[in-house]
Amino acid sequence: MAYSVSFNLTPVMDPDFGNPGSDDTAQDSICQLLWVSKSSLECGSVSLGTQEMETALEDGSVSPGNQEIETALEDGSVSPGNQEIEMALEDGSVSPGNQEIETALEDGSVSPGNQEMETALKGGSVSPGNQEIETALEDGSVSPGNQEIETALEGGSVSPGNQEMETALEGGSVSPGNQEMETALEDGSVSPGNQEIETALEGGSVSPGNQEMETALEGGSVSPGSQEKEVLTKEDRLDKQVGIVMEQAAEETLQSREESKPLVRNRWSAATLKVLSCMPSRSIGCQSAIEVASKRTICHSQQHRYHLQTPNFSHSTRYSVRRNGIEVAPEDVNEEEDKRQELANNLQNMSSGERVRMLRSMPICLSEKRTLRKLAFSGQSGQSLLSREVPCNRLLNRDLRQCLFASLSLFSSLQLWRVPLKRLGCRFGTGVLSYFLFLRTLLLFNIFLFFINGLFLVLPQAIHPPLPQAIHPPNPVKSQLVLELFISLITGTGFLKYTVMFYGYYSNSTINTSWGGTSEPQVMAYNIPLAYFFSTGIAFFITGIVLIYSVSKSFGRSFPVFKSHGNLAIKLFCFWDFKVSKKTSVRIQSENISTQLKELLSEVNFREEERGRLERLCGMGFYLLAWTICLGSTFCWVLGIYSLTAKMGNTLPNEAHLLVVPGVVSCGNLFLPGLFNLVSWMENYSSPSVCLYVAIFRNLLLKFSILGVLCYHWLGRVAPQNGGVDTSGQHACWEDLVGQELYRFLLMDFIFTVLHTVFGEFLWKLFSQRVLQRRRKPVFDIARNVLELIYGQTLTWLGLLFTPLIPVVQIIRLLVLFHMKRSSLLMNCQASRKPWRSSHMTSVFISLLCFPSYLGVAVFVNYTLWTIKPSSGCGPFRNLPFMFHSGKQWAHELAKGNPNLDWLNWVHSNLVENPLFLFLVAGIFLMVIYVHAQVLDGQRRVMDLLQEQIKNEGKDMKFLITRLQDIHDRQPAPSPALPTGLQQQGSEVRNEHDVCGV
Amino acid sequence: MGNKQTIFTDEQFEAYQDCTFFTRKEILRLHGRFHELAPHLVPMDYTNEPDIRLPPTLTVTMPELKENPFRQRIVEVFSEDGQGNLSFNDFVDMFSALCEMAPRELKAIYAFKIYDFNGDNFLCKEDLEKTLNRLTKGELTPEEVSLVCSKAIEEADLDGDSKLSFSDFENMISKAPDFLSTFHIRI
Repeated sequence: MAYSVSFNLTPVMDPDFGNPGSDDTAQDSICQLLWVSKSSLECGSVSLGTQEMETALEDGSVSPGNQEIETALEDGSVSPGNQEIEMALEDGSVSPGNQEIETALEDGSVSPGNQEMETALKGGSVSPGNQEIETALEDGSVSPGNQEIETALEGGSVSPGNQEMETALEGGSVSPGNQEMETALEDGSVSPGNQEIETALEGGSVSPGNQEMETALEGGSVSPGSQEKEVLTKEDRLDKQVGIVMEQAAEETLQSREESKPLVRNRWSAATLKVLSCMPSRSIGCQSAIEVASKRTICHSQQHRYHLQTPNFSHSTRYSVRRNGIEVAPEDVNEEEDKRQELANNLQNMSSGERVRMLRSMPICLSEKRTLRKLAFSGQSGQSLLSREVPCNRLLNRDLRQCLFASLSLFSSLQLWRVPLKRLGCRFGTGVLSYFLFLRTLLLFNIFLFFINGLFLVLPQAIHPPLPQAIHPPNPVKSQLVLELFISLITGTGFLKYTVMFYGYYSNSTINTSWGGTSEPQVMAYNIPLAYFFSTGIAFFITGIVLIYSVSKSFGRSFPVFKSHGNLAIKLFCFWDFKVSKKTSVRIQSENISTQLKELLSEVNFREEERGRLERLCGMGFYLLAWTICLGSTFCWVLGIYSLTAKMGNTLPNEAHLLVVPGVVSCGNLFLPGLFNLVSWMENYSSPSVCLYVAIFRNLLLKFSILGVLCYHWLGRVAPQNGGVDTSGQHACWEDLVGQELYRFLLMDFIFTVLHTVFGEFLWKLFSQRVLQRRRKPVFDIARNVLELIYGQTLTWLGLLFTPLIPVVQIIRLLVLFHMKRSSLLMNCQASRKPWRSSHMTSVFISLLCFPSYLGVAVFVNYTLWTIKPSSGCGPFRNLPFMFHSGKQWAHELAKGNPNLDWLNWVHSNLVENPLFLFLVAGIFLMVIYVHAQVLDGQRRVMDLLQEQIKNEGKDMKFLITRLQDIHDRQPAPSPALPTGLQQQGSEVRNEHDVCGV
Repeated sequence: MGNKQTIFTDEQFEAYQDCTFFTRKEILRLHGRFHELAPHLVPMDYTNEPDIRLPPTLTVTMPELKENPFRQRIVEVFSEDGQGNLSFNDFVDMFSALCEMAPRELKAIYAFKIYDFNGDNFLCKEDLEKTLNRLTKGELTPEEVSLVCSKAIEEADLDGDSKLSFSDFENMISKAPDFLSTFHIRI
């Protein structure tokens, strides 16, 4: 009977269908309706994808069909007939008949007039609004009804029949008729016949064959053919099912009214959602209430932004703002104005500050906000709340903030090499970036060393040069001046030996400076040996403290609090800085994002592949072989260096000979890492970071065993042999010899690095590109370069005692290295093919610098100070048994001159000389480090536990949700065997409740 | 209001101030910027609220938006007609939502809409791919793009529908501390 209604009604409205609507009230209310249902739809879709139906039912009146009508009516072509329907819909008395009408309207296949309309639409002679509808119809994905169904299906409540439906929907040819069908299908009681029909419909409601079928269905008149009987029975069943669906809807509405939490079959209900929204994870950082509100409101504004074509469309708002927090109560308010008024009233009930905040954070368009504001503030003579309340405070706040931002950006722009580092990091990833960051850290360390030494030692000595007889500068031959200069610069001998550069130049005297005029001259005594001792000691001490501090700091920073989980999505959506407007910065930013994404991707993709036993054995064999080769070559090399130094120590010092040992050592440093790389290529590690760590370890072993041998050579052979007066009657100065040697090492290392950069990177690139015709560029070798840096820094520290100005050499070296490596990278190298994220690379470098490097140097320096006799003929510590005696002597003298300072002597003898105290301090220090490490370990364990707990909480949540859902599902559904006539009854029941509800 | 000419009435100013995060001065400046975009179209006098909409071809030439990979989407999202034609109200609204005072929820809503290219209220894989291609300017291979997108959906999708709803998005945003500072355009 419903169908007959529809059939009767359609001709009435068809003639008017194409006319643009003139009836404003009708339009308004339709629009309102449209909004209601759509927003309810979208509400659902922006929450957990399950709300739609529920909110639709909350409204009480909106069946999926209404939406279709609305879209049809949206363009303003309202005819009186439609009004009627729409009114009926508005009342909530939706009978299936109306749905049918609406199908008829929408479908365009029932009446010829509509068909005409459609062809007109396709002809292109239409208003934009119509076009939208048309496209909506054509692709089927925009119409809300489809969305709803789809989400419903995807919600997990998919019965086989529904799945079919889904495929039908995905085809995009869904007409409202299908919706009906679908509701029937959703019910679960799908007979195979219905499915057939549905598949027939699926084919597209535009094709004539299906039209026939549809009209046959709807009109109740049976089309000739084999389907005759079937269709008849199906129609009946369909009717029944529609009735059932309606009644269920009505019941559910009733329930929802009673419990004030609407209920949906096969979906997450509002209660579930409420629970969900109260979950701690949902309310991180913001109040859940507001979240709920914004969830709802998004639909609202989306509605405006996306779907509205008519400019004079008046928006509706539907908030219900309660006293504390905001809750949305979707109600069926007839007039949009009423709703707005209601909202305005709610706003009025709030405190004014709250009101403005609420108004501002509503995601609706500004004109709407303004009307709302007008309504809300009408009682207060339209005064701005702002001007009364918070202007000063807010402005001040903003100014302060701007100031802060400006100063921050200024501060960050002061950082050394900020821009080039940024660019490098963007293009080559964090691994390469960590190398350059490390380089910068080293540079800062050296600047500090230079500052201390330069200010307290070099400057006073340079102002007051030692007595001329103390040193013996050679007289250079004029013609060979340039050559001499060059040689002395390379080797550290010649004139350079007699400058502040080396230990031997410094005097053991006290500089007496007087100032303050002639009447009462004040004399300040500056003891050079003391200055030498203390400036070196303090420089080392502070460096050590800073190193240890930065090691612990960097480990704390690299501590994996958030694992890579969730980073990709965040990178994708939150990483782009919308503030950036400069073209180059935009390019850098996108480069940065792609590099970081690649690194993350490599982490995500990295998996240990399963290997067979034989393969594993093979792999072990390779590893063994590789390690044997590496260790063997290192050992041989070190042995070679040892014998070489022994041999060179016996020969006469000659300029050419001086360069042999540094040259050979640097040569080894150049080629052995290449061998290691070759070996590691053979090993074929699957993880790039493991490969890197292995490479670092091998390089470290090589460099530090060589340094160990050299230290032994210097302290064990050179120092005792060159302490006194040598055969030619000159004062030999072993400190100078060692200092010069270190200087040469540093220089040679630098030269070989330059050579490597030029030949290994630049020429190799040319060679491989021109000759081998390969597109690939060499990859920047992080392990090797970092180890070179550490090696250089170790040399610098070793040399600090003998060559106070060696930090200058290192500073120059680092500066040149930075620019050279940077340009070489940009020109010759490519980003690694296996990008990976070096989250704690910097901390590894720093700790390498701290542990073998700094610690070794500290041992070396302390050993020198305490146990080796300084040369008797030169330097500030001449005539002293050990270097640290200078301090002792000074304390004695002070005590002699001033009895009040006797405690200083005591302190010195007991604290500095007594090894017990030193052991105690070192022990305490070690204990602190140990406790720190333990605490860190404990924290890590706790963090693991917490993460586990979070995972379990998630599981709990899922379990609870499914339980809740089950409970809702188990609630009694109406018996399916209802007579056809009941559908009317059902809608009446529903109507009643709606009235009650409103 | 210091000009000889009246641009806005006091009432308008108050309305703007209450509805947006801007001060009087900033609103005037915004008007200036809006006027700059099309001096012949936009009048100086806005007291009678003329309904003038600037097409997206004009608005995206602003230096603030010019290099933004999402400029088209931004103007579309904030325009009332969805086509990118901005009225002055929309214009103010846009910068209000993107200013630093706007709360996280509001920003999240608009960010979601900007990234939702096809307007289906979900961030599906296509949306993500479009976003990613705009972000990286085609530096990733199609396989990588697809992989990143599916991984990202996998990470952020809570309800298992293999697309991101607004709540998924919001939840993800809540884990990103710098979202507030990045989703921000200074004007």
